[in-house]
Amino acid sequence: MAKHKNVLPGFNLSLGYTLLYLSLIVLIPLSAAFIKTTELSFNEFWAVVSAPRVVASYKLTFGASFLGALLNAVFGLLTAWVLVRYTFPGKKIIDALVDLPFALPTAVAGIALTAVYSTNGWIGHWLEQYGIKVAFTPLGVIIALTFIGLPFVVRTVQPVLQDLEAETEEAAASLGANRWQTFSKVIMPTLWPALLTGFALAFARAIGEYGSVIFIAGNVPFVSEITPLIIITKLEQYEYAEATAVAVVMLVISFLLLFSINGMQWWFSRRGTSSH
Amino acid sequence: MSTSATAANLPTSQYSNYHTKVARSRATSEPVWIRWSLVVITLLFLSLFLFVPLIAVFTEALRKGFDTYIIALVDPDALSSIKLTLIAAAIAVPLNLVFGVAAAWAIAKFEFKGKSILITLIDLPFAVSPVIAGLIYVLIFGLQGWVGSTLVDHDIKVIFAVPGIVLATIFVTFPFVARELIPLMQAQGKDEEEAGLVLGASGWQILWRITLPNVKWGLLYGVILTNARAMGEFGAVSVVSGHIRGMTNTMPLHVEILYNEYNYAAAFAVASLLALLALVTLALKTFVEWRVAQNAISNENSYN
Repeated sequence: MAKHKNVLPGFNLSLGYTLLYLSLIVLIPLSAAFIKTTELSFNEFWAVVSAPRVVASYKLTFGASFLGALLNAVFGLLTAWVLVRYTFPGKKIIDALVDLPFALPTAVAGIALTAVYSTNGWIGHWLEQYGIKVAFTPLGVIIALTFIGLPFVVRTVQPVLQDLEAETEEAAASLGANRWQTFSKVIMPTLWPALLTGFALAFARAIGEYGSVIFIAGNVPFVSEITPLIIITKLEQYEYAEATAVAVVMLVISFLLLFSINGMQWWFSRRGTSSH
Repeated sequence: MSTSATAANLPTSQYSNYHTKVARSRATSEPVWIRWSLVVITLLFLSLFLFVPLIAVFTEALRKGFDTYIIALVDPDALSSIKLTLIAAAIAVPLNLVFGVAAAWAIAKFEFKGKSILITLIDLPFAVSPVIAGLIYVLIFGLQGWVGSTLVDHDIKVIFAVPGIVLATIFVTFPFVARELIPLMQAQGKDEEEAGLVLGASGWQILWRITLPNVKWGLLYGVILTNARAMGEFGAVSVVSGHIRGMTNTMPLHVEILYNEYNYAAAFAVASLLALLALVTLALKTFVEWRVAQNAISNENSYN
């Protein structure tokens, strides 16, 4: 569409305001983080971001986020499947409640999970009999990160599953495929893009998470201390440049993730339209 | 993201029932025992992670009786935290609403270079850890920050004060309305706006009488999500607040302080208000999705 043909007013005003607001709230403050780290020499920067305690926090943050996202991929797919395909009492309420982690403040989620999973909590008490400790261990971090990422996979897979044509499954069945073959060879290939997108979104959300984790994690250095907490600890000791150095590492990783998620969605949507 | 749910629900809602029926009536469904096992496993998973923690908030809040519950809520520090939370949301939500409308108007109604980069940049706050969102404002407005000394000279406090809390809240809720409106306004095209223009309407009249009424449910959806996140934000606000009781504590921060003082009943009492807010948010969101689906069906019928 050629630009000179567009007769609607307000382009300069709306785009100008958008760019101004975006710069003031997001871009200039974010650039402050990158500029602040230039106060450190490269060797100083490297010493801060590769300190053993910080490296241990990366391992926990990324490892627990990965496992949480993986749990969500499996159970999110199952939840989406059950919500789309089957009918059972209370389905509509459960469907609405899946979004609870988006709506519930993270601090509330944090203390609620701690209350339930600590050794005298409803579930923690029961798990302790089997020798499993959740609260104040890395397992607690995984539980919290699974909670906050729970809606992503369900909400990306659900619409794709709803749009599936029943005819393709009927065709597979009439050609002699059993139910498992139909699922793994006909249904799953169409679900992969959505599943992968949901996994990536849950993972990206989890690595930055703070509020729901700190209550249940116990925050023991080298054991259950996440990277966002390292940033806070350094800030409270007025080590601004050091805090910012760790923040920049996380920002770069988060941005790479965001770009790959956007790229993935763009690629899947192109592939989707060209096949029609 | 969650926000794409309305758009995705639009064309499919009316067929979902059809699919369920067809799937069950043909040779393309699972045996009953598999169906029920899958339902039970799902409910078990959701119970462990969602339902039990949600119920725990309310039982812990009422554990020491209703009187203790009420006393925790009418405590002056609790009341001032509620007030501050409402103030932060009352400023952040309208500002991000105006931004969302402006961004959607520019992106959906016009073609220009770098549009996809702009959309990605609008998404940036979703990718930033809340802790880092707080940190960047400390780097600018803090005592050692870029404008820190100027602020001290003029006796203006941003960090460890209300303006910092508002800024951090705006940052973390930045993309919600824009993300909701952009795909919606792109899908609606600009024929109606152009018709309005031909009939002599001004730009603002087109916006108020044509565009906004067309996207009102998407707009409401975005506002509901923005408000929920604004009132519940913890990490970003925690960094810039300074935790001064009765002054710079929002409700989530007040919950943290009470909890760390082992005052569990009071912590869960304030938390239960936030959990109620979350449930109201989900109810409103479901209602809006239902309305959008109804509108889609009635549009479908009127075309046939």
